[in-house]
Amino acid sequence: MTRRTVARALVYLSLTAATLVVLLPLAVVLLTSLKTPREMADGSGALALPDDPLNVANYVTAFRDGQMLSAFANTAVVLVVAVGGTILIGSMTAYAIDRFRFRFRKLVVALFLLAALVPGVTTQVATFQIVDSLGMFDSLWAPIALYMGTDIVSIYIFLQFIRSIPVSLDEAARLDGANAFTVYRKVILPLLKPAIATVVIVKGINVYNDFYIPFLYMPSEDLGVISTSLFRFKGPFGAHWETISAGAILVILPTLVVFLFLQRFIYNGFMRGATK
Amino acid sequence: MTDTTRKAARPEAPAAPPAPGRAAPAARRTRRRARAGVTPWLFLAVPLALLLTFTYAPIANMAAYSFTDWDGVSPELNWTGAENYTELLTRSELFEVFLVSGYYLVASVVQIVLALYFATVLSFNVRFRNFFKGVLFFPYLINGVAIGFVFLYFFQDGGTLDSVLRLLGVETDHAWLGTPFSANTSLAGVSVWRYLGLNFVLFLGAIQSIPGELYEAAEIDGASRWQQFRHIIAPGIRPVLSLSVILSVSGSLSVFEIPYIMTGGATGTETFVIQTVKLAFQFNKTGLASAAAVVLLLIVLAVTWVQRRIVPDEKVDLV
Repeated sequence: MTRRTVARALVYLSLTAATLVVLLPLAVVLLTSLKTPREMADGSGALALPDDPLNVANYVTAFRDGQMLSAFANTAVVLVVAVGGTILIGSMTAYAIDRFRFRFRKLVVALFLLAALVPGVTTQVATFQIVDSLGMFDSLWAPIALYMGTDIVSIYIFLQFIRSIPVSLDEAARLDGANAFTVYRKVILPLLKPAIATVVIVKGINVYNDFYIPFLYMPSEDLGVISTSLFRFKGPFGAHWETISAGAILVILPTLVVFLFLQRFIYNGFMRGATK
Repeated sequence: MTDTTRKAARPEAPAAPPAPGRAAPAARRTRRRARAGVTPWLFLAVPLALLLTFTYAPIANMAAYSFTDWDGVSPELNWTGAENYTELLTRSELFEVFLVSGYYLVASVVQIVLALYFATVLSFNVRFRNFFKGVLFFPYLINGVAIGFVFLYFFQDGGTLDSVLRLLGVETDHAWLGTPFSANTSLAGVSVWRYLGLNFVLFLGAIQSIPGELYEAAEIDGASRWQQFRHIIAPGIRPVLSLSVILSVSGSLSVFEIPYIMTGGATGTETFVIQTVKLAFQFNKTGLASAAAVVLLLIVLAVTWVQRRIVPDEKVDLV
């Protein structure tokens, strides 16, 4: 019995240690974001509490001088258009592949399947030239098109779901005189809601967090999304860790809120997204 | 597969009574093709166009560029044969970046073991289970640039790590990002911190999908926790485990964000992707960078292929 108790204690010990390792770096940054430049300089150490826990001056600086407002706006535009487009493209592809037999169907499936194996980072050297030649370089269209056009995982998620929708529903609608588009819009799309929720969450978080694509394709400062705008803090705020910390917390906060409210969906979404 | 039976029962091609002669099946085939003919392509037009433009055209172009000396801007380009590839394989500093992947590979082993441990522990009844689950997973959702800054401060001189160590009575002025070994280890540690959560949640999901009666039966038979893990949990998570391994290997080869944001590739932390990006977009060596990207692509595909051979995963089957 004692052995069990010791084992249990060790389990809780390891869990507490892991919690500390995860939360401490974040907590310290939160503390730092509330300090004044003078507090930062007086050498009280990183773990010291701020004098005024409600000091939001750094957040104001980060927001105003760091152009976080336009960054959030740009991110929102890219997010809404790219996620909306991904839903349309993914569900249309899944509908065509699952509900129709046509020539070259196997080839089409193979093309999508193979594309899932190609890691996006490797091909950017040449993708860049194509994006550039389409005139999308340094515009919000570049990330939007790339997020919409290279997302195979969403297609998988939709395919899985569409298979579980009985074909008899399509047939019933067809008998009532609906054509393929009406079936897609009135029957399939409404029934895909759970899959759409999954895609919105997974894709939304990926787009919100992506750094590589906006960094490569949108060098203009006024086209900064939150990742690139935060990255630019490195220059002007160089050693001003209190401002950089405030910027980082500003970026993390929305994620935390979404996570706390949608926990269950997020776990399921990422599980479905990754195992496909 | 249930799939085929369902398709067979589809009325688009009504199962007409088998008429004698060849006319009937032929007529049926043309009718079906007429109905299904254009419609699926209307749905597929945009997705396929995007797929070809942003995935396949780049791969084809990249393969072509890799045999030239193109700088990415000028209209002039010369065919150089396999020169870029020989340069890549013979100039040691271009190849050394693969050694950096080694740090991340080792880190991903640590990561998988830790994830497996926490998933097993939390699949049993533990107090504050959801809290611990959330804490372990949350880093995976955080923006990479924010993580980079959080850990720059963490490893900074007099930053979080130094302060904690001082609290524990260890005085140190070690520059954590100052030497190649220390810097790469630190960065690989950050990568574990960031990605552990995904592995953990995948493992936890797989463990929880194992029917509970199995544990009860094992318990009645007097199996220990370790025996339960060895004979019930381990076989149950095999597919997810193999998926995690393949993701780690290709992930270790294509590390970019964390080192680029934190050190910019300085002090020997340059990875293959950072080098490729620099070659292409700073030094305008599109040809050489393409060759590098082709090499990486081939390695990743080879790793995937090996994994598919070792662990045939029937779930991957789409058709």
